Amino acid sequence: MSTTATHAPAHDDHHNAPTGIVRWLTTTNHKDIGTMYLLFALLMFFVGGAMALIIRLELFQPGLQYVQPEFFNQMTTMHALIMIFGAVMPAFVGLANWMIPLQIGAPDMALPRMNNFSFWILPFAFTLLLSTLFMPGGAPASGWTLYPPLVQQTGDALPFVILAIHLMGISSIMGAINVVVTIMNMRAPGMTLLKMPLFTWTWLITAYLLIAVMPVLAGAVTMLLTDQFFGTTFFHAAGGGDPVMYQHIFWFFGHPEVYIMILPAFGIISEIIPTFARKPLFGYDAMVYATASIAFLSFIVWAHHMFTVGMPLAGQLFFMFATMLIAVPTGVKVFNWTATMWRGAMSFETPMLFAIAFLFLFTIGGFSGLMLSIVPADYQYHDSYFVVAHFHYVLVPGAVFAIMAGVYYWLPKWTGHMYDETLGKIHFWLSVIGVNVTFFPQHFLGLAGMPRRIPDYATQFANFNMMSSIGAFIFGLSQLMFVYIIFKAIRGGAKATAEVWDSPKGLEWTVPSPAPHHTFDEAPQVK
Amino acid sequence: MSERHEAQTDEPPARGGNRALVGKLLLMAGGMFAFGFALVPLYDVFCEVTGFGGRTNTEAAVVIERPDESRTITVEFVATLGGFAPWDFQPAVTTMEVHPGRLYQTHYVARNRTSGQLTGHAVPSVAPGSAARHFQKTECFCFTPQAFLPDEERDMPVVFIIDPNLPRHVDRVTLSYTFFAGQTVAGLTDKNQTEKASR
Repeated sequence: MSTTATHAPAHDDHHNAPTGIVRWLTTTNHKDIGTMYLLFALLMFFVGGAMALIIRLELFQPGLQYVQPEFFNQMTTMHALIMIFGAVMPAFVGLANWMIPLQIGAPDMALPRMNNFSFWILPFAFTLLLSTLFMPGGAPASGWTLYPPLVQQTGDALPFVILAIHLMGISSIMGAINVVVTIMNMRAPGMTLLKMPLFTWTWLITAYLLIAVMPVLAGAVTMLLTDQFFGTTFFHAAGGGDPVMYQHIFWFFGHPEVYIMILPAFGIISEIIPTFARKPLFGYDAMVYATASIAFLSFIVWAHHMFTVGMPLAGQLFFMFATMLIAVPTGVKVFNWTATMWRGAMSFETPMLFAIAFLFLFTIGGFSGLMLSIVPADYQYHDSYFVVAHFHYVLVPGAVFAIMAGVYYWLPKWTGHMYDETLGKIHFWLSVIGVNVTFFPQHFLGLAGMPRRIPDYATQFANFNMMSSIGAFIFGLSQLMFVYIIFKAIRGGAKATAEVWDSPKGLEWTVPSPAPHHTFDEAPQVK
Repeated sequence: MSERHEAQTDEPPARGGNRALVGKLLLMAGGMFAFGFALVPLYDVFCEVTGFGGRTNTEAAVVIERPDESRTITVEFVATLGGFAPWDFQPAVTTMEVHPGRLYQTHYVARNRTSGQLTGHAVPSVAPGSAARHFQKTECFCFTPQAFLPDEERDMPVVFIIDPNLPRHVDRVTLSYTFFAGQTVAGLTDKNQTEKASR
């Protein structure tokens, strides 16, 4: 690790810097911390992925073959918590650490020590979370939403899970504060807000979302903790509480959270498509305003996750229409990406392939989301595999493909070497085929009535489940290629130029590849 | 880093600016944490005003009888036990035909199945939610904790009235009680009390 190529000896003025593990423990350099975040996210992607494969293995055939139902439920819960808080969010924070200072011409993040701290909380948080697998009663098995009263049947693990969530929340909030302060205070002269690259813009908005909703989650899980151990009755009907209130508080956090996982993806795609279409982004201002509108709307749609718990007609109508309204700014974005490609001189390197797949498949996920927003239809779809198919379409070929696109796009800048284009393309095609074979049949399963979070099912669902499991193993195993390609590029390969691609826009392409340990010691002038 | 910034005269001094902004953002995070808890009383107010979640009065209501003989509403009575409460608990009648604006009385029957003293607490709920505000109880065993001697069986009365302003489309209202052992059934406490009681 300590010999990663991100460390360019020629430019290193890190005098008397510690080496080995101490360097990584004490580093305050945004590039080091970004690398650590990304590697951590990659590790968690495989941990969470292994759990997904256990789920798909059990669902390969009807009947119980490999695991017990309790363990199966622990797998669905842990898979979600790890993928959301351990893989997708840290990967975006890693990209933010690496790229935001480079994109705005800043020498580092504004609060480097806090940056180090917010990363190093994560290994502890996830050690705690994963340790619950070995506790009496096992890991939490209530689903990642941790609804009471079910979650209160968790064994010894409950306080550990809650503490782990608190740690993740603290880490995210500190990371978000760092991003906001960096963007607000450290832009190069001339870099006005509406000249910022879109990845930086979407992250600024995401950071505000994080600061606004992570504390609400912290409050909700604290209430669970005091209900369990200190005799409060926030969610106990016996003491005047209401378990449905938990769902409202949780989804007040939960809905902005899903945009936290997709807005930075929008930013990455908005960087990649113009580069490979060789045209400036169509409708830059509209993109910024659309992102801000989506962020605002995310706060007033939460109850569409809980139509079936019962609410007044007026409430159902409000949340239905507010949810549908989100399709408007999202449609603006999809239109603008498409218009950017229109008559462009397109080439199809791996980042662009992932970006185009994102565009198609995220849109499918968006459409199934619209179907779910229709209240009377939602009564049928709720808690079925249709929901599973929907959110995996927005999260896997959505958020995860965008992260992979971003990694391929910026990897030559980080390592100084081009990745292996042939392997990259094979990785792309295996991934895109695997994802669709996995998740597309789940739409049909859900519409036919298969509920989510069950280890066994009626035999009528057998064929589509078998298909889905085969796809999951194709997708899961092909990610080993991703790791191989990354480490191959770290160790060597064709030298990357400073620009890497064909005249890309942005300050990050003005520094050499690999990006030296310290960049923009003197702020660049932005016209 | 700060030195670099001080060198640029057209930039705000980074250090002071950072501190102020960090302060504001931390305040925002703290405020949202508090907001999460503020949602609890806000939710209560919301439920009481709208009847959301079937919330109905748990203190005696003062009402005036204004019978509306032109409408007949079917009231259904439901009894549920909360957690592992060691009771027999059921309504004396399961349905009644009532006119809005008139007081009616019925009762539930409960028996302590254990050989120890027990205190129970009933939590009421009315469905549909749009009827909850119009369903008033002037007398109810749910207003106070109910103490039972070993093996005691008792009738527990309810006096209720349905407001004539009940929405026109509602012709059936369900009154449901969940009976909990102890005044609060907070997971562990409940089990301990139950164990103690059964000893």
